Amino acid sequence: MYPVVMKMIDDLIERMRRGDKRATARLITFVENDEEKAREIIKKIYGYTGKAYIVGITGPPGAGKSTLLDKLIKEVRKEEKIVGVIAIDPTSPFTGGALLGDRIRMQKHSTDPGVFIRSMATRGSLGGLAKATNDAIKVLDAYGCDVIFVETVGVGQIEVDIVKTADTVVLTTIPGLGDDIQTIKAGLMEIADIFVVNKGDKEEADRTVFELKLMLDLEKEKWKERGWRPPIIKTVALTNRGIPELWKAIKRHKTFLEESGRIKDKRRFRAEEEVKTIISDIITGKVGKHMKREEIYSLIGKIAERELDPYSAAELIMEKTLGVKV
Amino acid sequence: MVERSKVRVLIAKPGLDGHDRGAKVIARAFRDAGFEVIYTGIRQTPEQIVESVIQEDVDVLGLSILSGAHMVLIPKILKLLEENGVKVNEDVLVIAGGIIPPDDAQELEKMGVAKVFGPGSPIGDIINFVDEKVAKLKKFA
Repeated sequence: MYPVVMKMIDDLIERMRRGDKRATARLITFVENDEEKAREIIKKIYGYTGKAYIVGITGPPGAGKSTLLDKLIKEVRKEEKIVGVIAIDPTSPFTGGALLGDRIRMQKHSTDPGVFIRSMATRGSLGGLAKATNDAIKVLDAYGCDVIFVETVGVGQIEVDIVKTADTVVLTTIPGLGDDIQTIKAGLMEIADIFVVNKGDKEEADRTVFELKLMLDLEKEKWKERGWRPPIIKTVALTNRGIPELWKAIKRHKTFLEESGRIKDKRRFRAEEEVKTIISDIITGKVGKHMKREEIYSLIGKIAERELDPYSAAELIMEKTLGVKV
Repeated sequence: MVERSKVRVLIAKPGLDGHDRGAKVIARAFRDAGFEVIYTGIRQTPEQIVESVIQEDVDVLGLSILSGAHMVLIPKILKLLEENGVKVNEDVLVIAGGIIPPDDAQELEKMGVAKVFGPGSPIGDIINFVDEKVAKLKKFA
Protein backbone atom coordinates (compact mmCIF):
# COMPACT_ATOMS: atom_id res chain seq x y z
CA MET A 1 0.00 0.00 0.00
CA TYR A 2 1.25 3.50 -0.87
CA PRO A 3 2.80 5.49 2.00
CA VAL A 4 0.34 8.36 1.38
CA VAL A 5 -2.57 5.98 1.83
CA MET A 6 -1.00 4.61 5.01
CA LYS A 7 -0.55 8.12 6.32
CA MET A 8 -4.15 9.00 5.48
CA ILE A 9 -5.35 5.95 7.39
CA ASP A 10 -3.15 6.84 10.37
CA ASP A 11 -4.52 10.39 10.36
CA LEU A 12 -8.10 9.17 10.22
CA ILE A 13 -7.50 6.76 13.10
CA GLU A 14 -5.94 9.48 15.19
CA ARG A 15 -8.86 11.81 14.50
CA MET A 16 -11.32 9.02 15.29
CA ARG A 17 -9.61 8.42 18.62
CA ARG A 18 -10.13 12.09 19.43
CA GLY A 19 -13.86 11.66 18.78
CA ASP A 20 -14.09 12.99 15.22
CA LYS A 21 -17.28 11.60 13.69
CA ARG A 22 -16.31 12.39 10.12
CA ALA A 23 -13.07 10.44 10.36
CA THR A 24 -14.97 7.56 11.98
CA ALA A 25 -17.53 7.59 9.16
CA ARG A 26 -14.80 7.58 6.52
CA LEU A 27 -13.07 4.61 8.19
CA ILE A 28 -16.36 2.69 8.07
CA THR A 29 -16.62 3.48 4.35
CA PHE A 30 -13.12 2.09 3.84
CA VAL A 31 -13.78 -1.15 5.70
CA GLU A 32 -16.92 -1.52 3.62
CA ASN A 33 -15.49 -0.73 0.19
CA ASP A 34 -11.87 -1.67 0.13
CA GLU A 35 -10.57 -4.97 1.39
CA GLU A 36 -6.93 -3.92 1.41
CA LYS A 37 -7.60 -0.78 3.45
CA ALA A 38 -9.93 -2.76 5.72
CA ARG A 39 -7.07 -5.10 6.65
CA GLU A 40 -4.75 -2.21 7.49
CA ILE A 41 -7.38 -0.39 9.50
CA ILE A 42 -8.45 -3.40 11.56
CA LYS A 43 -4.83 -4.36 12.26
CA LYS A 44 -4.20 -0.87 13.57
CA ILE A 45 -7.32 -0.38 15.68
CA TYR A 46 -7.78 -3.87 17.07
CA GLY A 47 -5.94 -2.98 20.25
CA TYR A 48 -8.51 -0.30 21.01
CA THR A 49 -11.49 -2.63 20.65
CA GLY A 50 -13.26 -5.04 22.98
CA LYS A 51 -14.77 -2.46 25.28
CA ALA A 52 -18.18 -2.04 23.65
CA TYR A 53 -21.14 -4.24 24.53
CA ILE A 54 -22.86 -5.47 21.39
CA VAL A 55 -26.62 -5.90 21.27
CA GLY A 56 -28.35 -7.41 18.25
CA ILE A 57 -31.91 -6.45 17.42
CA THR A 58 -33.50 -8.90 15.02
CA GLY A 59 -36.98 -9.93 13.90
CA PRO A 60 -39.29 -9.93 10.89
CA PRO A 61 -39.82 -6.88 8.66
CA GLY A 62 -42.22 -4.38 10.15
CA ALA A 63 -41.95 -5.78 13.69
CA GLY A 64 -40.84 -2.36 14.91
CA LYS A 65 -37.10 -2.92 15.28
CA SER A 66 -36.11 0.62 14.33
CA THR A 67 -38.79 2.20 16.49
CA LEU A 68 -37.80 0.00 19.41
CA LEU A 69 -34.19 0.97 18.89
CA ASP A 70 -35.09 4.66 18.77
CA LYS A 71 -36.63 4.34 22.23
CA LEU A 72 -33.80 2.14 23.53
CA ILE A 73 -31.21 4.74 22.51
CA LYS A 74 -33.08 7.30 24.59
CA GLU A 75 -33.10 4.95 27.57
CA VAL A 76 -29.36 4.19 27.31
CA ARG A 77 -28.49 7.86 26.85
CA LYS A 78 -30.02 8.58 30.28
CA GLU A 79 -26.96 6.77 31.64
CA GLU A 80 -24.71 8.97 29.50
CA LYS A 81 -23.26 6.01 27.68
CA ILE A 82 -21.96 6.55 24.15
CA VAL A 83 -24.19 4.67 21.71
CA GLY A 84 -23.38 3.34 18.26
CA VAL A 85 -25.97 1.97 15.87
CA ILE A 86 -25.47 -0.10 12.74
CA ALA A 87 -28.74 -0.49 10.89
CA ILE A 88 -28.83 -2.93 8.01
CA ASP A 89 -31.23 -3.06 5.07
CA PRO A 90 -31.15 -5.27 1.98
CA THR A 91 -29.27 -4.71 -1.27
CA SER A 92 -31.21 -5.49 -4.43
CA PRO A 93 -30.02 -8.76 -5.99
CA PHE A 94 -30.90 -7.31 -9.40
CA THR A 95 -29.43 -3.81 -9.46
CA GLY A 96 -27.00 -3.71 -6.52
CA GLY A 97 -28.91 -0.69 -5.26
CA ALA A 98 -30.41 -0.32 -1.80
CA LEU A 99 -32.86 1.84 0.05
CA LEU A 100 -31.76 2.29 3.63
CA GLY A 101 -34.65 3.60 5.69
CA ASP A 102 -33.99 2.58 9.29
CA ARG A 103 -32.60 6.00 10.09
CA ILE A 104 -36.03 7.63 9.64
CA ARG A 105 -37.16 6.37 13.05
CA MET A 106 -33.98 7.41 14.83
CA GLN A 107 -33.34 10.79 13.23
CA LYS A 108 -33.91 12.78 16.40
CA HIS A 109 -30.75 11.22 17.83
CA SER A 110 -28.73 12.38 14.82
CA THR A 111 -27.65 15.59 16.48
CA ASP A 112 -26.85 14.00 19.85
CA PRO A 113 -23.03 14.07 20.11
CA GLY A 114 -23.19 10.80 22.09
CA VAL A 115 -24.88 8.83 19.30
CA PHE A 116 -23.45 7.57 16.02
CA ILE A 117 -25.85 5.98 13.54
CA ARG A 118 -24.71 4.25 10.37
CA SER A 119 -26.87 2.56 7.75
CA MET A 120 -25.40 -0.37 5.87
CA ALA A 121 -26.60 -2.41 2.90
CA THR A 122 -26.22 -6.21 2.86
CA ARG A 123 -24.26 -6.19 -0.45
CA GLY A 124 -24.92 -9.81 -1.21
CA SER A 125 -24.62 -11.20 2.30
CA LEU A 126 -27.54 -13.50 3.17
CA GLY A 127 -27.35 -14.00 6.93
CA GLY A 128 -29.19 -10.83 7.93
CA LEU A 129 -26.06 -8.70 8.30
CA ALA A 130 -23.83 -6.80 5.88
CA LYS A 131 -20.49 -8.30 4.89
CA ALA A 132 -18.53 -5.59 6.69
CA THR A 133 -20.70 -5.44 9.81
CA ASN A 134 -18.07 -6.93 12.10
CA ASP A 135 -15.41 -4.53 10.90
CA ALA A 136 -17.74 -1.54 11.21
CA ILE A 137 -18.47 -2.63 14.79
CA LYS A 138 -14.74 -2.58 15.51
CA VAL A 139 -14.45 0.96 14.18
CA LEU A 140 -17.31 2.14 16.41
CA ASP A 141 -15.79 0.25 19.34
CA ALA A 142 -12.42 1.95 18.84
CA TYR A 143 -14.21 5.28 18.42
CA GLY A 144 -15.39 4.86 22.00
CA CYS A 145 -18.95 3.50 21.94
CA ASP A 146 -20.03 1.84 25.19
CA VAL A 147 -22.98 0.07 23.59
CA ILE A 148 -23.36 -0.85 19.93
CA PHE A 149 -26.77 -1.85 18.64
CA VAL A 150 -26.86 -3.86 15.44
CA GLU A 151 -30.23 -3.91 13.73
CA THR A 152 -30.45 -6.77 11.25
CA VAL A 153 -32.47 -6.73 8.06
CA GLY A 154 -36.02 -7.93 8.51
CA VAL A 155 -35.49 -11.67 8.90
CA GLY A 156 -37.44 -14.84 8.27
CA GLN A 157 -36.40 -18.13 9.79
CA ILE A 158 -32.73 -18.70 9.14
CA GLU A 159 -30.94 -15.37 8.90
CA VAL A 160 -29.13 -15.90 12.17
CA ASP A 161 -25.64 -14.47 11.63
CA ILE A 162 -26.36 -11.97 14.39
CA VAL A 163 -25.72 -14.73 16.92
CA LYS A 164 -22.09 -14.75 15.79
CA THR A 165 -21.81 -11.01 16.25
CA ALA A 166 -23.81 -9.86 19.28
CA ASP A 167 -23.33 -10.43 22.99
CA THR A 168 -27.07 -10.22 23.56
CA VAL A 169 -29.62 -11.04 20.88
CA VAL A 170 -33.05 -9.43 21.20
CA LEU A 171 -35.63 -11.13 19.01
CA THR A 172 -38.51 -8.80 18.26
CA THR A 173 -41.70 -10.46 17.19
CA ILE A 174 -45.28 -9.27 16.85
CA PRO A 175 -48.69 -10.82 17.42
CA GLY A 176 -50.43 -12.62 14.60
CA LEU A 177 -47.52 -14.15 12.69
CA GLY A 178 -48.76 -17.71 12.89
CA ASP A 179 -49.71 -20.46 15.28
CA ASP A 180 -47.70 -22.05 18.07
CA ILE A 181 -45.93 -24.41 15.66
CA GLN A 182 -43.94 -21.43 14.40
CA THR A 183 -42.49 -21.01 17.88
CA ILE A 184 -41.01 -24.51 18.00
CA LYS A 185 -39.33 -24.41 14.62
CA ALA A 186 -35.55 -24.44 14.44
CA GLY A 187 -33.50 -21.41 13.51
CA LEU A 188 -34.46 -17.91 14.49
CA MET A 189 -36.44 -18.88 17.58
CA GLU A 190 -33.38 -20.58 19.07
CA ILE A 191 -31.04 -17.61 19.04
CA ALA A 192 -32.90 -15.21 21.31
CA ASP A 193 -31.45 -14.19 24.65
CA ILE A 194 -34.46 -11.94 25.13
CA PHE A 195 -37.86 -12.10 23.44
CA VAL A 196 -39.79 -8.92 22.74
CA VAL A 197 -43.43 -9.00 21.73
CA ASN A 198 -43.84 -5.57 20.21
CA LYS A 199 -47.15 -3.93 19.29
CA GLY A 200 -48.23 -5.35 22.65
CA ASP A 201 -51.45 -3.31 22.59
CA LYS A 202 -52.82 -5.56 19.86
CA GLU A 203 -55.55 -7.97 20.80
CA GLU A 204 -53.61 -11.20 20.27
CA ALA A 205 -50.45 -9.97 22.04
CA ASP A 206 -51.10 -11.94 25.22
CA ARG A 207 -51.63 -15.08 23.20
CA THR A 208 -48.25 -14.59 21.49
CA VAL A 209 -46.58 -14.11 24.88
CA PHE A 210 -48.31 -17.25 26.13
CA GLU A 211 -47.17 -19.34 23.13
CA LEU A 212 -43.60 -18.21 23.59
CA LYS A 213 -43.80 -19.08 27.27
CA LEU A 214 -45.07 -22.57 26.45
CA MET A 215 -42.25 -22.99 23.97
CA LEU A 216 -39.68 -22.02 26.60
CA ASP A 217 -41.34 -24.30 29.18
CA LEU A 218 -40.53 -27.29 26.97
CA GLU A 219 -36.86 -26.78 27.71
CA LYS A 220 -36.85 -26.01 31.44
CA GLU A 221 -33.83 -28.26 31.97
CA LYS A 222 -31.77 -26.45 29.37
CA TRP A 223 -32.41 -23.05 30.95
CA LYS A 224 -31.59 -24.36 34.40
CA GLU A 225 -28.31 -25.77 33.20
CA ARG A 226 -27.46 -22.63 31.27
CA GLY A 227 -28.46 -20.33 34.10
CA TRP A 228 -30.43 -18.03 31.82
CA ARG A 229 -33.99 -18.40 30.64
CA PRO A 230 -34.85 -15.86 27.92
CA PRO A 231 -37.36 -13.41 29.36
CA ILE A 232 -40.37 -12.34 27.30
CA ILE A 233 -41.05 -8.63 27.34
CA LYS A 234 -44.20 -7.07 25.99
CA THR A 235 -43.59 -3.63 24.52
CA VAL A 236 -45.41 -0.87 22.69
CA ALA A 237 -42.41 0.87 21.16
CA LEU A 238 -44.43 3.83 19.91
CA THR A 239 -45.48 4.82 23.43
CA ASN A 240 -42.29 3.63 25.17
CA ARG A 241 -44.18 0.96 27.12
CA GLY A 242 -41.83 -1.83 28.22
CA ILE A 243 -38.67 -0.10 27.01
CA PRO A 244 -37.10 0.52 30.46
CA GLU A 245 -37.79 -3.15 31.27
CA LEU A 246 -36.12 -4.20 28.03
CA TRP A 247 -32.96 -2.21 28.77
CA LYS A 248 -32.90 -3.68 32.28
CA ALA A 249 -33.17 -7.18 30.82
CA ILE A 250 -30.28 -6.48 28.43
CA LYS A 251 -28.14 -5.33 31.36
CA ARG A 252 -29.18 -8.39 33.38
CA HIS A 253 -28.08 -10.62 30.52
CA LYS A 254 -24.76 -8.79 30.30
CA THR A 255 -24.17 -9.35 34.03
CA PHE A 256 -25.09 -13.01 33.63
CA LEU A 257 -22.63 -13.47 30.76
CA GLU A 258 -19.85 -11.77 32.68
CA GLU A 259 -20.41 -13.54 35.99
CA SER A 260 -20.81 -16.98 34.44
CA GLY A 261 -17.78 -16.49 32.21
CA ARG A 262 -19.90 -17.19 29.17
CA ILE A 263 -18.90 -13.90 27.61
CA LYS A 264 -15.43 -15.37 27.09
CA ASP A 265 -16.87 -18.42 25.29
CA LYS A 266 -18.97 -16.15 23.12
CA ARG A 267 -16.03 -14.00 22.14
CA ARG A 268 -13.85 -17.01 21.45
CA PHE A 269 -16.57 -18.48 19.23
CA ARG A 270 -16.88 -15.14 17.45
CA ALA A 271 -13.12 -14.92 16.87
CA GLU A 272 -13.13 -18.42 15.40
CA GLU A 273 -15.99 -17.64 13.03
CA GLU A 274 -14.31 -14.42 12.00
CA VAL A 275 -10.99 -16.04 11.16
CA LYS A 276 -12.79 -18.73 9.15
CA THR A 277 -14.59 -16.07 7.13
CA ILE A 278 -11.40 -14.13 6.53
CA ILE A 279 -9.56 -17.25 5.38
CA SER A 280 -12.27 -18.17 2.91
CA ASP A 281 -12.35 -14.58 1.64
CA ILE A 282 -8.59 -14.59 1.15
CA ILE A 283 -8.74 -17.87 -0.75
CA THR A 284 -11.57 -16.64 -2.97
CA GLY A 285 -9.57 -13.49 -3.60
CA LYS A 286 -6.50 -15.54 -4.52
CA VAL A 287 -8.45 -17.45 -7.13
CA GLY A 288 -9.20 -14.14 -8.81
CA LYS A 289 -5.52 -13.20 -8.75
CA HIS A 290 -4.01 -16.48 -9.92
CA MET A 291 -6.49 -17.46 -12.58
CA LYS A 292 -7.80 -15.57 -15.55
CA ARG A 293 -11.49 -14.88 -15.69
CA GLU A 294 -11.81 -16.80 -18.98
CA GLU A 295 -10.11 -19.80 -17.42
CA ILE A 296 -12.60 -19.89 -14.56
CA TYR A 297 -15.54 -19.32 -16.89
CA SER A 298 -14.43 -22.11 -19.16
CA LEU A 299 -14.34 -24.49 -16.17
CA ILE A 300 -17.78 -23.30 -15.10
CA GLY A 301 -19.03 -23.84 -18.64
CA LYS A 302 -17.75 -27.42 -18.53
CA ILE A 303 -19.63 -28.06 -15.30
CA ALA A 304 -22.84 -26.75 -16.84
CA GLU A 305 -22.30 -28.95 -19.91
CA ARG A 306 -21.73 -31.96 -17.64
CA GLU A 307 -18.19 -32.44 -18.96
CA LEU A 308 -16.75 -31.90 -15.50
CA ASP A 309 -18.23 -32.28 -12.01
CA PRO A 310 -18.13 -29.31 -9.59
CA TYR A 311 -15.86 -31.03 -7.04
CA SER A 312 -13.16 -31.81 -9.59
CA ALA A 313 -13.37 -28.24 -10.86
CA ALA A 314 -12.96 -26.87 -7.34
CA GLU A 315 -9.96 -29.18 -6.76
CA LEU A 316 -8.39 -27.98 -10.00
CA ILE A 317 -8.86 -24.33 -9.04
CA MET A 318 -7.44 -24.87 -5.56
CA GLU A 319 -4.39 -26.63 -6.98
CA LYS A 320 -3.73 -23.78 -9.35
CA THR A 321 -4.11 -21.04 -6.75
CA LEU A 322 -2.63 -22.61 -3.64
CA GLY A 323 -0.25 -25.01 -5.32
CA VAL A 324 -1.31 -27.91 -3.11
CA LYS A 325 -3.41 -30.96 -3.71
CA VAL A 326 -6.69 -30.89 -1.83
CA MET B 1 -17.73 5.79 -14.07
CA VAL B 2 -17.69 5.15 -10.34
CA GLU B 3 -19.32 1.87 -9.38
CA ARG B 4 -22.82 2.97 -8.39
CA SER B 5 -23.29 0.50 -5.55
CA LYS B 6 -20.40 2.20 -3.77
CA VAL B 7 -21.93 5.64 -4.16
CA ARG B 8 -24.05 6.67 -1.19
CA VAL B 9 -26.89 9.10 -1.75
CA LEU B 10 -28.83 10.85 1.02
CA ILE B 11 -32.30 12.02 0.08
CA ALA B 12 -33.44 14.53 2.68
CA LYS B 13 -36.50 16.70 3.12
CA PRO B 14 -35.78 19.89 5.01
CA GLY B 15 -38.57 22.14 6.18
CA LEU B 16 -42.11 21.68 7.32
CA ASP B 17 -43.96 20.44 4.27
CA GLY B 18 -44.96 16.80 4.23
CA HIS B 19 -45.03 16.32 0.46
CA ASP B 20 -42.71 13.37 0.25
CA ARG B 21 -43.88 11.76 -2.99
CA GLY B 22 -41.12 13.39 -5.01
CA ALA B 23 -38.42 12.44 -2.51
CA LYS B 24 -39.65 8.83 -2.48
CA VAL B 25 -39.78 8.63 -6.28
CA ILE B 26 -36.23 9.93 -6.51
CA ALA B 27 -35.00 7.62 -3.73
CA ARG B 28 -36.56 4.67 -5.49
CA ALA B 29 -35.13 5.73 -8.88
CA PHE B 30 -31.62 5.94 -7.45
CA ARG B 31 -32.08 2.55 -5.82
CA ASP B 32 -33.17 1.04 -9.14
CA ALA B 33 -30.19 2.62 -10.86
CA GLY B 34 -27.97 0.71 -8.42
CA PHE B 35 -27.04 3.38 -5.85
CA GLU B 36 -27.11 2.99 -2.07
CA VAL B 37 -29.78 5.42 -0.95
CA ILE B 38 -30.43 6.64 2.56
CA TYR B 39 -33.80 8.24 3.11
CA THR B 40 -34.33 10.13 6.35
CA GLY B 41 -38.02 11.06 6.13
CA ILE B 42 -39.87 14.36 6.31
CA ARG B 43 -39.35 17.48 8.42
CA GLN B 44 -35.61 17.39 8.89
CA THR B 45 -33.68 20.28 10.38
CA PRO B 46 -30.52 21.47 8.60
CA GLU B 47 -28.55 20.20 11.61
CA GLN B 48 -30.03 16.70 11.31
CA ILE B 49 -29.32 16.61 7.59
CA VAL B 50 -25.70 17.69 7.98
CA GLU B 51 -25.09 15.18 10.79
CA SER B 52 -26.56 12.44 8.58
CA VAL B 53 -24.25 13.47 5.72
CA ILE B 54 -21.30 13.13 8.10
CA GLN B 55 -22.20 9.88 9.88
CA GLU B 56 -23.32 8.14 6.70
CA ASP B 57 -20.34 9.50 4.74
CA VAL B 58 -22.53 10.12 1.71
CA ASP B 59 -21.30 11.34 -1.66
CA VAL B 60 -24.52 12.92 -2.86
CA LEU B 61 -27.03 15.01 -0.94
CA GLY B 62 -30.39 15.42 -2.65
CA LEU B 63 -32.66 17.99 -1.04
CA SER B 64 -36.36 17.95 -1.78
CA ILE B 65 -38.32 20.97 -0.70
CA LEU B 66 -41.81 22.17 -1.57
CA SER B 67 -42.57 24.53 1.28
CA GLY B 68 -41.16 27.70 -0.26
CA ALA B 69 -38.53 28.06 2.44
CA HIS B 70 -35.68 26.92 0.15
CA MET B 71 -33.89 30.29 0.20
CA VAL B 72 -33.56 30.02 3.97
CA LEU B 73 -32.98 26.32 4.48
CA ILE B 74 -30.67 25.40 1.61
CA PRO B 75 -28.11 28.19 2.27
CA LYS B 76 -28.17 27.17 5.93
CA ILE B 77 -27.39 23.55 5.04
CA LEU B 78 -24.54 24.65 2.72
CA LYS B 79 -23.11 26.83 5.47
CA LEU B 80 -23.36 24.09 8.10
CA LEU B 81 -21.64 21.62 5.78
CA GLU B 82 -18.70 23.95 5.28
CA GLU B 83 -18.54 24.73 9.00
CA ASN B 84 -18.23 21.02 9.67
CA GLY B 85 -15.41 20.65 7.18
CA VAL B 86 -17.51 19.04 4.45
CA LYS B 87 -16.60 20.81 1.22
CA VAL B 88 -19.58 21.27 -1.06
CA ASN B 89 -19.07 19.65 -4.48
CA GLU B 90 -15.62 18.48 -3.48
CA ASP B 91 -16.58 16.07 -0.69
CA VAL B 92 -20.30 15.93 -1.33
CA LEU B 93 -22.37 16.77 -4.39
CA VAL B 94 -25.47 18.80 -3.48
CA ILE B 95 -28.51 18.77 -5.75
CA ALA B 96 -32.02 20.06 -5.09
CA GLY B 97 -35.54 19.54 -6.35
CA GLY B 98 -39.10 20.52 -5.62
CA ILE B 99 -40.96 23.77 -6.18
CA ILE B 100 -38.15 26.28 -6.70
CA PRO B 101 -38.71 29.28 -9.05
CA PRO B 102 -36.04 29.73 -11.80
CA ASP B 103 -34.62 32.93 -10.28
CA ASP B 104 -34.11 31.23 -6.93
CA ALA B 105 -32.67 28.17 -8.64
CA GLN B 106 -30.07 30.35 -10.31
CA GLU B 107 -29.24 31.98 -7.01
CA LEU B 108 -28.87 28.59 -5.28
CA GLU B 109 -26.62 27.32 -8.04
CA LYS B 110 -24.40 30.34 -7.47
CA MET B 111 -24.23 29.47 -3.78
CA GLY B 112 -22.99 25.94 -4.46
CA VAL B 113 -25.94 23.71 -5.31
CA ALA B 114 -24.65 21.74 -8.30
CA LYS B 115 -28.05 21.76 -9.98
CA VAL B 116 -31.72 22.34 -9.22
CA PHE B 117 -34.06 19.85 -10.86
CA GLY B 118 -37.60 21.21 -11.14
CA PRO B 119 -40.86 19.31 -11.68
CA GLY B 120 -40.84 17.25 -14.86
CA SER B 121 -37.06 16.68 -14.87
CA PRO B 122 -36.45 13.30 -16.52
CA ILE B 123 -35.04 10.88 -13.96
CA GLY B 124 -32.45 9.65 -16.46
CA ASP B 125 -31.05 13.19 -16.71
CA ILE B 126 -30.68 13.45 -12.95
CA ILE B 127 -28.87 10.13 -12.74
CA ASN B 128 -26.57 10.95 -15.66
CA PHE B 129 -25.74 14.26 -14.01
CA VAL B 130 -24.89 12.51 -10.74
CA ASP B 131 -22.76 9.86 -12.49
CA GLU B 132 -20.75 12.55 -14.20
CA LYS B 133 -20.26 14.78 -11.15
CA VAL B 134 -19.57 12.02 -8.62
CA ALA B 135 -16.57 10.89 -10.64
CA LYS B 136 -15.01 14.29 -9.94
CA LEU B 137 -15.41 14.16 -6.14
CA LYS B 138 -12.16 14.00 -4.16
CA LYS B 139 -13.00 10.53 -2.84
CA PHE B 140 -13.22 8.98 -6.31
CA ALA B 141 -10.87 11.15 -8.36
